[in-house]
Amino acid sequence: MKIVILGAGQVGRTAAYQLSREEANEVTVVDINEEVLRDLQDRIDIRTIAGNAAHPTVLETAGAAEADILVALTNSDEVNMTACEVAYTLFRTPTKIARIRAAEYTSRPELFSEDALAVDVFISPEQLVTEHIERLVRYPGTLQVVDFGDGRVRLVGVRARKGGRSLGQRLRELREHVPDADVRVLAIYRAGRMIRPDGDTVIEDGDEIYFLAAGEALRRIMGEVRKDDPAVRRVVIAGGGNIGLRLARALEKTFQVKLIERDAGRARRVSELLENTIVLNGDAADEELLVEENIDSTDVFVAITNSEEANILSAMLAKRLGAHKVMALINKPSYADLIESGSIDVAISPQTITIGSLLAHVRRGHVVKVHSLRRGAAEALEAIAHGTEQSSRVVGRRVDEIPLPEGTSIGAVVRGSEVIMAHHDTVVQSDDHVIVYLSDRRHVEAIERLFLGA
Amino acid sequence: MLAVANMLGLMLVAFSIAYVLPLLAALLSGDGTFAAFLGAALVTAGVGLALAYATRRKARELKPRDGFLLLTAGWLIMSASAALPLILLLPRLTFTRAYFEAMSGLTSTGATVLTGLDRLAPSVNLWRCTLEWCGGLAIIVLAIAVMPLLGIGGMQLYRGETPGVVKEDKLTPRITETVRSLSFAYATLTAVGIIALRLCGMSWFDAICHCFSAVGLGAFSTHDQSIRYFHSPAIELTLAALMIVASLSFARHFAALRRFTLEPYTRDPEAKAIVVLLGASVLGIALLLTVHGTYPGFWSCLRHAFFNVVSVATTSGLVSDDYTSWPLLAPFWMLFLCTVLSSAGSAGGGIKMFRTLVLSREAGREFKLLVHPSAVAPVRIGGRLVPERVRDSVLAFVFLYFSTTVLLTFALLATGLDFRSAFGAVVATVNNTGPGLGVVGPFKTYQSLSSLQLWICTAAMLLGRLEIFSVLVLLTPAFWRK
Repeated sequence: MKIVILGAGQVGRTAAYQLSREEANEVTVVDINEEVLRDLQDRIDIRTIAGNAAHPTVLETAGAAEADILVALTNSDEVNMTACEVAYTLFRTPTKIARIRAAEYTSRPELFSEDALAVDVFISPEQLVTEHIERLVRYPGTLQVVDFGDGRVRLVGVRARKGGRSLGQRLRELREHVPDADVRVLAIYRAGRMIRPDGDTVIEDGDEIYFLAAGEALRRIMGEVRKDDPAVRRVVIAGGGNIGLRLARALEKTFQVKLIERDAGRARRVSELLENTIVLNGDAADEELLVEENIDSTDVFVAITNSEEANILSAMLAKRLGAHKVMALINKPSYADLIESGSIDVAISPQTITIGSLLAHVRRGHVVKVHSLRRGAAEALEAIAHGTEQSSRVVGRRVDEIPLPEGTSIGAVVRGSEVIMAHHDTVVQSDDHVIVYLSDRRHVEAIERLFLGA
Repeated sequence: MLAVANMLGLMLVAFSIAYVLPLLAALLSGDGTFAAFLGAALVTAGVGLALAYATRRKARELKPRDGFLLLTAGWLIMSASAALPLILLLPRLTFTRAYFEAMSGLTSTGATVLTGLDRLAPSVNLWRCTLEWCGGLAIIVLAIAVMPLLGIGGMQLYRGETPGVVKEDKLTPRITETVRSLSFAYATLTAVGIIALRLCGMSWFDAICHCFSAVGLGAFSTHDQSIRYFHSPAIELTLAALMIVASLSFARHFAALRRFTLEPYTRDPEAKAIVVLLGASVLGIALLLTVHGTYPGFWSCLRHAFFNVVSVATTSGLVSDDYTSWPLLAPFWMLFLCTVLSSAGSAGGGIKMFRTLVLSREAGREFKLLVHPSAVAPVRIGGRLVPERVRDSVLAFVFLYFSTTVLLTFALLATGLDFRSAFGAVVATVNNTGPGLGVVGPFKTYQSLSSLQLWICTAAMLLGRLEIFSVLVLLTPAFWRK
């Protein structure tokens, strides 16, 4: 597949990196900064074009006419939209994806309708990150929560902690504790390495457990692997940028939210846009301010300022001062790995979140949803099984008959509005949405081919 | 200054049209007052024309700042005109008293110095009520079109909320256009009120006079016994309903009439607060009266509480019974309500509900800041942001308002009036309500006050009506400096 990526920023680079790792993809990256491109080309096997991403000649040289997908990820919403428009008008590029940041645009979906802007799909990183954090706050104790099957089934990552009833016991017993719950454990990571779970696997303190759960089973299983997390009531958000504002808006109705913003003007602006949030003007790394605002009785502290170093420091400070759970927005993947084993509970990586959403649209076949897990190391996707027993390698077969690559497992099947946790004898039918867990994302292509029936 | 004089001349000419009503009444009833009213009308129109003609070369587009002078001078000069027929027809009435009566009418206060109203010529009674009705309309137009422009006491909050298509920041077009659009709502309410009162058993004449009083939120009646004369729960209910409607913003009425929905009210934080506060007060006072056994049974207590509390709280002041004989809490609470309750775009007096809301939010904000010293806390009313400038204005206004009340009370005390009467008189006139406490209580008049005391009350009515600032700014040297 021929893919043109416009913009070699954080997300653009990560997308290029991940997509180019798949053999069948031919990736071209366009950016105005030649140095960045040279640096990128040194590391991965891609073609690069320097120039303004919206200019027809630049797009032409980048191969917009032959490309299957154009992904516009420059810093400017306007350039992204114009590029899509140009690519559509002059080169008839079939699929155009644009990153749109400004809520001014994203709040008007009619702009992206059939007869309006030639953007087929828009991705709003701020919206995605906000939703991601919101889910983490609403499900205390989780590392990651992602939806499949229109929210009918959720994939949850959770760290086992002392106090969980099933700790030190085998998975078999866990099932006995919650007999009628719809739960399936997909993977367990111990000290950074994956263990393929079976009935005899023993859950240990510190294990990272990924499981699928439908409906209310989620909360029950959480109680099994870690001591009941106290219900979240008080949330402190450090940073009143766009994400901070959106997050406060989403949370302020259910939780007591405080938002700390350093810039006085911005703090005022944010306070005017929020109803029930207490907006504080000050430095999130100011110990006095944090103590004054009872940081020790805070349930969740989220650091999402523009500076990741500041996020790390203020989150660590908040943790030391007694905040129950702290999260920090971190861009550099290397930082993220460093941090999550330390005093910061959750590292939030905007790229991973954006990439996950982006990949779902780039995937071939009948893949409707893709989520990156463990900061891009693993992946979970939702694919639709099409065809008949003859034409498909999935339909009409039992789960243990489907030739899955190593480290890959089928977690659940969503049939209409019904969620079926997959067992070895579950038979996949046509139009089922199959949720697949890949501990190694290199197998993505194999899965795609499987569902394509090729 | 001469441009303002020119405008004043035109205003007087326009005001002379109001004489049509008493002239008609004089003709129809043959009460022999026709000549006096015609004379007064001609003098008013003549003076107005002369003033306008003499200053015609100085006529120019008025600046918002000219508004201050126009307001105060306008009210003073129109009161003089309105007092003219009273002086001519009631020879025993001194100028002070006639002027007090006229000012009381034009500020839609309704405090009277006249007794024997039942025997008064119908045209004179109609004239008094017409003054209230005209004064009411004038103050609504001012509150909606002019005061937001002048920014008096935080009224700039309502800038750009003017009904109709007024976009200009020039005084004259704003006034004319607002008059045009609001007159419809005002006239509709009046017409409905007159018919309803007639159906409740009033004579056409009484219905017109009382409806003028109720819609203009004044207290003039054609009977010494005011509403007690009628002994009719239906009339009390109708009048109270008119008063409640009239105490809400006419900008909302206009919007509701034009689009034919109730949405403008449900979205108006003032309207909500007024209805809740009024409802709770009526119920509370009805229970108080029941407990004290003022009237036999809860329902009759509720009836009297409803009418009198609504009437005083909306700053109308028509009364159906002597509330000063109620437990002391009730009359004082009613006077408190009349200072805070009315809506900003109505003929009601007092500090207005929007300022009450701003102040209460400001207090809440202060509590928040005590607990969270670093908090950034904006003040919002009904989801709308209150700019800092408006909050400052409101604070300054309310300070001035209460200082005025206190100082004028002291002034009346200095003239030898007892405390309850002095306090009652000042609250009743500053808030343009009418009846107060003690010697100026309901069914009593301001007749027993001396000339000096009456002038103090006249000043209080004018100050209260023109939102204090627009009068007092004329006394600052800075205003007159070029």
